[in-house]
Amino acid sequence: MTLLLEQLLNGVQLGVTLFLLGSGLTLIFGIMGVINLAHGSLYMIGAFAAAFVAAETGSVFLALLGGLVAAGLTGMAIEFVVLRRLYARDHLDQVLATFGLILFFNQGMVILFGRQPIFVALPPFLSGAVEILPGVPYPVYRLLIIVLGLLVAVGLWFLIQRTRIGALVRAGATNREMVRALGVDIRLLYTLVFGLGALLAGFAGVMAGPVYSVNVGMGEQILILTFVVVVIGGVGSIRGAMYGALLVGVVDTILRAYVPGLLRAVMDASQADMLGAGLASMGVYLLMALVLLLKPRGLFPAHA
Amino acid sequence: MRHSTSRRAVLAAGLVVAASPLAKPAIAQGAPLRIGVITTLSGPGGYLGADARDALQLAAEMDGGRLGGVPVQFVVEDDALRPAQGKQIAERFLRNERIRLFTGVIFSNVLGAVVPDILDADGIYVSCNAGPSNFAGRECRRNYFVVSWQNDNLHESAGALANIMGYQRVFILAPNYQAGRDALTGFKRLFRGTITNEVYTRLDQTDYAAEMAQIRAARPDAVYHFHPGGLGIAFIRQYAQAGLLGTIPQVLPSPSMDVVTLAAVGDAAEGVDVSSHWNSDFDNAESRRFVEAFRRRYNRTPTYYAQQAYDTALAIGAALRGAGGSVNDTEAFRTAMLRADFPSTRGKFRFGPNQHPIQDWYALKVERVSGQLALVTKRKILENHSDAYAASCRV
Repeated sequence: MTLLLEQLLNGVQLGVTLFLLGSGLTLIFGIMGVINLAHGSLYMIGAFAAAFVAAETGSVFLALLGGLVAAGLTGMAIEFVVLRRLYARDHLDQVLATFGLILFFNQGMVILFGRQPIFVALPPFLSGAVEILPGVPYPVYRLLIIVLGLLVAVGLWFLIQRTRIGALVRAGATNREMVRALGVDIRLLYTLVFGLGALLAGFAGVMAGPVYSVNVGMGEQILILTFVVVVIGGVGSIRGAMYGALLVGVVDTILRAYVPGLLRAVMDASQADMLGAGLASMGVYLLMALVLLLKPRGLFPAHA
Repeated sequence: MRHSTSRRAVLAAGLVVAASPLAKPAIAQGAPLRIGVITTLSGPGGYLGADARDALQLAAEMDGGRLGGVPVQFVVEDDALRPAQGKQIAERFLRNERIRLFTGVIFSNVLGAVVPDILDADGIYVSCNAGPSNFAGRECRRNYFVVSWQNDNLHESAGALANIMGYQRVFILAPNYQAGRDALTGFKRLFRGTITNEVYTRLDQTDYAAEMAQIRAARPDAVYHFHPGGLGIAFIRQYAQAGLLGTIPQVLPSPSMDVVTLAAVGDAAEGVDVSSHWNSDFDNAESRRFVEAFRRRYNRTPTYYAQQAYDTALAIGAALRGAGGSVNDTEAFRTAMLRADFPSTRGKFRFGPNQHPIQDWYALKVERVSGQLALVTKRKILENHSDAYAASCRV
């Protein structure tokens, strides 16, 4: 029972990270109609910048700030320099251009930081574990990720549902042409949305640094799962990204933890483990297929 | 229509030029022998390939740009841990660059894609790291040599070490790919206790939280895991963050705890038991010469990936010398290679019947040496150890 609780927390923690990435991606796709493969690069840039600042200054807060600023600025620069030219083109061109950006940023990071993974040390007050229940220690830092991720989700909800900018974003996601026809400066809105998405991706990168390793190519590893989240949640929907991310995070973790054990009951142990590992990594894609079968537009489609 | 025809014409012209022997400079007399190095230089496993490449180059530099008296040139490309990419590089090296002699591959899944193409094209492959089980037994080949070890060996030695430590119940983990399956098979071959859980992780996994929770729930005597490069660093750091470090000891094969892992993991690594075929503190002349030269040239301590590549370079040198300085006569090269007439950094080294090494295995421990954490060689675990597949190889 306590094991299940711990695995659920692990799932939520993965889900929160995916939400930070997925919310930006879904906004960019929903509002701007751009498939941004370079979203993972922004995650990587946030992680690298934070690792660099942390190593130089030793300050957690400066590292956080550095990661956010670097990712946000890079995002806006991408929008301004590259994507602006591509809004009118079809998706294939956008995919090609943003794929090119992945190569560009990966190679840039190799030139700046080398190929060796960088490891970010946690400050003493964040390393170690606390007992969430008697006999169930849980790493403090992972709890912090969950809390901060949920706070960001609440903040985003407020921004989208309760502010004027949010109203424009929602309107943009529902009917882009109408927003433009009403005289809203869509260019500014696009830059803003892209910057916000980049900021969130950078934040996810900053948070991920101390848990995983910071290395070139880390963005692509997580980008695929992020796309699954966006598709499951419904393109353009923040709420969908939230539910999609938690669903993917929990399902992925629980499958990894329990499928081999269940298979062991019916077959030889080593075969069960091998097959279980395979099934668990397929799990989220099967989930995506199932969701698309039942709700072809995702769980919470924005373009109703 | 005209446009497409002319484009086709240009393409055809390009193909003709590329295919003609004129496009490539003819190999002049005395031009260096080119050796293809396909290795992993990016991603979490990037430093493994970088160490191998640097050691190969060092071995040649120490002999004035020669191996076995033959001037050599390494042509290095990054496979990015993608088998398909490795295969493409091999095809290009074989067809366009006319390279016959290859080494460098770190990961067994890449090796599995690269080696058959090379051997089918009558090339020679000398492995400086990966030694997957599927090429060690019935599928062994005449022009395929492994200087490092057969994969299972690393983990058999860890299993033997776990016996020595007196662990009864061990939780074992490895990534779900060829070398990971070899790892768990190898560990179980010599370990005499019970396995509480056997878990396959993903080769691209970065978060091991689910596995940590399982380990805590299983309460084993010890944890054995095979996670090379960045994977191991992430795993051990998360092991420490989950508070498992003080409660459950680890028995590791050398890929999970090399000097880079050690530096990245820091204090959390102290006291960990490791099994290996070589360590930078080995007390023989060739090992001392290599470690000193590597430190002077690159300003860092070599990992065993570097040591194996260095041995591989020496083995290639010995084979080239015996074969009259060329790779054209593959049988002469093979005969010379199998003599293993080179001073190995391991002290003693010879090839078994399947052209994989027969060597000794040692227990290492992470200890403080004058304030710095270092891997210290403790005792011999296995002597003249061959592998389980040698008997079924007929070459």
